[in-house]
Amino acid sequence: MSSAPAKRTPLYPVHVASGAKMVHFAGWEMPVQYRGVLEEHRAVRTRVGLFDVSHMGELEVVGRRALDFVQYVTCNDASRLVPGRAQYSGLMTPRGTFVDDLLVHMVSPERFLLVVNAANKDKDYAYLCAQAPAFDQVEVYDRSAEYAQLAIQGPLAEAVLQKLTSVTLSEIKYYRFVEGDVAAVRGIIARTGYTGEDGFEVYLPAAKAAEVWQALMQAGAEHGIQPCGLGARDTLRFEACMPLYGQDIDDTTTPFEAGLDWIVKLEKGPFLGREALIQQRNAGIKRKLVGFAMLGKGIPRHGYPLLHGSEEVGVVTSGTMSPTLGKALGLGYLPVALATPGTEVWVDIRGQRVPAQVVEIPFYRRKK
Amino acid sequence: MARPENLLYSKSHEWVRVEGELATVGITDYAQEQLGDVVMVELPAVGRQLTAGQEMGTVESVKAVSEVFAPISGEVVEVNSELEAHPELVNQDPFGAGWLVKVKVREVPSDLLDAAAYEEFVAEEGGH
Repeated sequence: MSSAPAKRTPLYPVHVASGAKMVHFAGWEMPVQYRGVLEEHRAVRTRVGLFDVSHMGELEVVGRRALDFVQYVTCNDASRLVPGRAQYSGLMTPRGTFVDDLLVHMVSPERFLLVVNAANKDKDYAYLCAQAPAFDQVEVYDRSAEYAQLAIQGPLAEAVLQKLTSVTLSEIKYYRFVEGDVAAVRGIIARTGYTGEDGFEVYLPAAKAAEVWQALMQAGAEHGIQPCGLGARDTLRFEACMPLYGQDIDDTTTPFEAGLDWIVKLEKGPFLGREALIQQRNAGIKRKLVGFAMLGKGIPRHGYPLLHGSEEVGVVTSGTMSPTLGKALGLGYLPVALATPGTEVWVDIRGQRVPAQVVEIPFYRRKK
Repeated sequence: MARPENLLYSKSHEWVRVEGELATVGITDYAQEQLGDVVMVELPAVGRQLTAGQEMGTVESVKAVSEVFAPISGEVVEVNSELEAHPELVNQDPFGAGWLVKVKVREVPSDLLDAAAYEEFVAEEGGH
């Protein structure tokens, strides 16, 4: 961690005024909870929650060869995008591991908006800038300070947001986005999220974020809208098994190991990490990210060893008491031979061996 | 929440109520508030000898594990079995229904704080 003072989003005063508990995360001072993680989690699963995720980075790739450039640095096939579509992807090292995971939005074939993790934004920007000179007429811009990002998530998200926009939200399908107004503020409305529920992520000029937040809170009052912090964001994404960079994936793990085969398009042509990934596909992966449920009492946490017999065979990457399922669940890497659902392993919970069983993931999938 | 006057407090945010040779132990309102929603409590077995200042169990929130230290020395004679099914009692009523263990007292350390001193300690530590 750098010793630079923590950054604050434009909504910082709103969070403090509404009694949020603030924590330091990825160099930012962010709300971890307002009323409690469990209550906020339930609000998103059953009604609607509002998150300030302005710490996320927004990088713009502009130029005649913008598509070629995005194709080269990411593992998914950006040529399948059309303007107004977004794609989950990986920014790859030459070893086929993650520099970051990200959302790639095609504004036009010559303009892409990449939404990246806060903790990785500076690293990603430097990485992209280092690759850009090989592509004439491609510029990379860090727009993070200009954008605020609000996520409105949950089964009632569309109903609340619709009250404040002239865009017909029902026409925006999953992983599509439009430019539009929210509470008379021009921005980008994307049907994406990090909770496992329906919902939207809205990108706005930073200076207007507070007024849009207040408008959404007012519009959502009759629907029981709940402001939510990073605590609930983490438990929600965990149940949906959406990976968290720095825990479930990092620059030592490949998309194949993380079970993200669907974001790797080896046939699309050359890209960073492609050779390494082809090699791994041919040789087969050795370890795999799996989900497991505790059979004994205890909650698995990031970094706890996974055991088979007396041997340490893997490590827990994320774990918590699942608020929706009421069970202690974890994600972690295990050798492929032990990655089949039903396999019994043990978690070393502070020196105690507690039995657990590999289960199918995601833990939670919303009913459509 | 007011900090009950008749209790003693540790700097690791446990409280203890000594009544004759028995003492009841829990974590403070400040501690539960810092933790957030408690989802699991691990308590020592009945019969275990506790030593003041040493770990006697854990309280876990959704986010994190927190160790609970014995504020006094003595033998565990009862644990709050309600917490197995209802760990949220630690949040809802930390000084009452959310108690953790009852102990047959062997020794009460002299450095435990009274309510006023604990209040001051928390104010310095947490800026509350």
